[in-house]
Amino acid sequence: MADKQNVETTGIIGWIDTRFPLTSNIKNHLTEYYAPKNFNFWYFFGSLALMILVMQIVTGIFLTMHYKASAAEAFASVEYIMRDVFGGNIIRYMHSTGASLFFVVIYLHMFRGVIYGSYRNPRELIWLFGVAIFLCLMGEAFFGYLLPWGQMSYWGAQVIVNLFSAIPFIGPDLSEWLRGDYLVSDATLNRFFAFHVIALPLVLLGLVMSHLIALHEVGSNNPDGIEIKAKKDKATGIPLDGIPFHPYYTVKDLVGVVVFLIVFVTIICFAPEMGGYFLEANNFVPADSLKTPAHIAPVWYFTPYYSILRAVPPVMNSQFPGVAAMGLSVMVFALLPWLDKGKVKSIRYRGGLYKKWLAAFVISFLVLGYLGTVPSNVWGQFAVNMPVIGGADRATVVARVFTVIYFAFFILMPWFTSADKTKPVPERLTG
Amino acid sequence: MKNNLKKSTMKNLLISLLLLPLIALANEGAIGVTAPIDATDYASLQRGAKAFVNNCLNCHSANYMRYNRLKDIGLTEAQIKDNLLFAGEKVGDTMSVAMSPKDAKKWFGVAPPDLSVEVRARGADWVYAYLRGFYRDSTTATGWNNTVYDKVAMPHVLYELQGEQVMNHETHKLELAKPGKLSPSEYNDYVADLTNFMAYMAEPGKQQRQHLGWYALLFLGVLLVLVKKIKNAYWKDIK
Repeated sequence: MADKQNVETTGIIGWIDTRFPLTSNIKNHLTEYYAPKNFNFWYFFGSLALMILVMQIVTGIFLTMHYKASAAEAFASVEYIMRDVFGGNIIRYMHSTGASLFFVVIYLHMFRGVIYGSYRNPRELIWLFGVAIFLCLMGEAFFGYLLPWGQMSYWGAQVIVNLFSAIPFIGPDLSEWLRGDYLVSDATLNRFFAFHVIALPLVLLGLVMSHLIALHEVGSNNPDGIEIKAKKDKATGIPLDGIPFHPYYTVKDLVGVVVFLIVFVTIICFAPEMGGYFLEANNFVPADSLKTPAHIAPVWYFTPYYSILRAVPPVMNSQFPGVAAMGLSVMVFALLPWLDKGKVKSIRYRGGLYKKWLAAFVISFLVLGYLGTVPSNVWGQFAVNMPVIGGADRATVVARVFTVIYFAFFILMPWFTSADKTKPVPERLTG
Repeated sequence: MKNNLKKSTMKNLLISLLLLPLIALANEGAIGVTAPIDATDYASLQRGAKAFVNNCLNCHSANYMRYNRLKDIGLTEAQIKDNLLFAGEKVGDTMSVAMSPKDAKKWFGVAPPDLSVEVRARGADWVYAYLRGFYRDSTTATGWNNTVYDKVAMPHVLYELQGEQVMNHETHKLELAKPGKLSPSEYNDYVADLTNFMAYMAEPGKQQRQHLGWYALLFLGVLLVLVKKIKNAYWKDIK
């Protein structure tokens, strides 16, 4: 039994509070959770990501009511949703557009963490939970993409599962075990469906909870990268630069939500395929295990890593180095809290050296992302008589250069963050 | 001031990044012809529906399209029954064909694909170019070839209407060797109607979602003004 004297509320709320920490939770996480007052544009994306997660779950539930997870019926059931289910086309587009925008929002959210040093001490664990969420989301997107059972679904899954067969010794058996068959088939579709609708969403929700609990334990970072808890009001113990999350950030995030919804509705109602980037044309052809499409490309949010996979040349006839590099290019984000040796957290007080490296990384991420959407012969070949690169695909050589820059950003980070000429950090938030 | 300027360039950069795919889309016209189609032209869609049922639906199915959905394009149930149903189908049925895929494969070498979402897979421009691109070629099994689909297994079903084209191998252009029942411009219109219908059939809910979009945006626009006012009211004392 909870201590009665600790409960200040009365009536129904009082009754609940003596049995469940309702009021104290609302206080700890909303009305008396003090967030820095200078959150800018970049701070909308955390709450937006949470909203999209909820939206994906709700639309997903409705899709599951009509979708048939069977190789014979999946494609037709998606068209059934698009045509015969009331509001089905909107629900389906919400889900497909939501998937892409989830990644847009998560990438911007991660970038915020990078530029303001939000992953630094004492927030390393928040960052690690975040990277785990990102990995989980990639799995969720990959498993979900097979479900429409179009050509791109099918061959995309075929290519990705085959990557595992490049792992030495256990590879071929492993990929067969993942597929549940010798090729992507009904068995694969059924297990991917199970992963997509229950296994990964459960993990995802648990990780998101942990991400938020860890955040509220240490408090939010801010664009100045200084701790607001260092300067507290002596009488109340409230940070001088802190404001209660509710109502200030709830009403502010509401503005972000409406702006997001305007973008979201525009895409759903006027360009749900987004020029083939959100829904690929080839995916309107039913899966056919005998017809390999001429050009297989993953959805845009995987393309930087796919580019890295293609850029790394095989060693002794094994594709494993490429697969390992691709895996590493995603996992390496988890190391950021320990690679960054900067004296300051925020980009506002970093020097030119850091900014140049960050710019180089962003450019290489975007270029690799673009190259992953097109065939590697898109820019033709270098002249055969050129030394070293003679006859090679231009795009492949460019991808190799940017792959090196991508990894150099991480490998050299301890050096360029500590050698950087930083500016003095203010005592209080600057706005 | 300077900070504000930086902020707005950052926002502009982000917005342009989000719009990038649209630019990429605009550049994707490799077919070299734009199908003159109009989803709001119901007369054209109805002519296209008739052309589709008469010509395509003998071999190709449209298994996801229901006959009574054609009420979308201004037809009544009675009109659908009288003009488009020939073999005892019910008006709520989908546009299926009696030919089994197995037989089809035996007769054509490949089963004719279902055409429900063909335009979403290939694009309206491709379909329009394809239907106009058949020419005589003695080297293929059917005696026909196609400018956008080399050595296609499908013969030229509409040749009575279009006539016979041949390829001029010097100019790489098609020439009409034997005129058909329709003049070239009449045939283009006929094919445009058919393409228009196929584009509609690929996503019957398209017009409705676009219509809905304007209302949703109007609502969100008003909502944006309101939430912005609420935000400013709460934040006016934060310095």
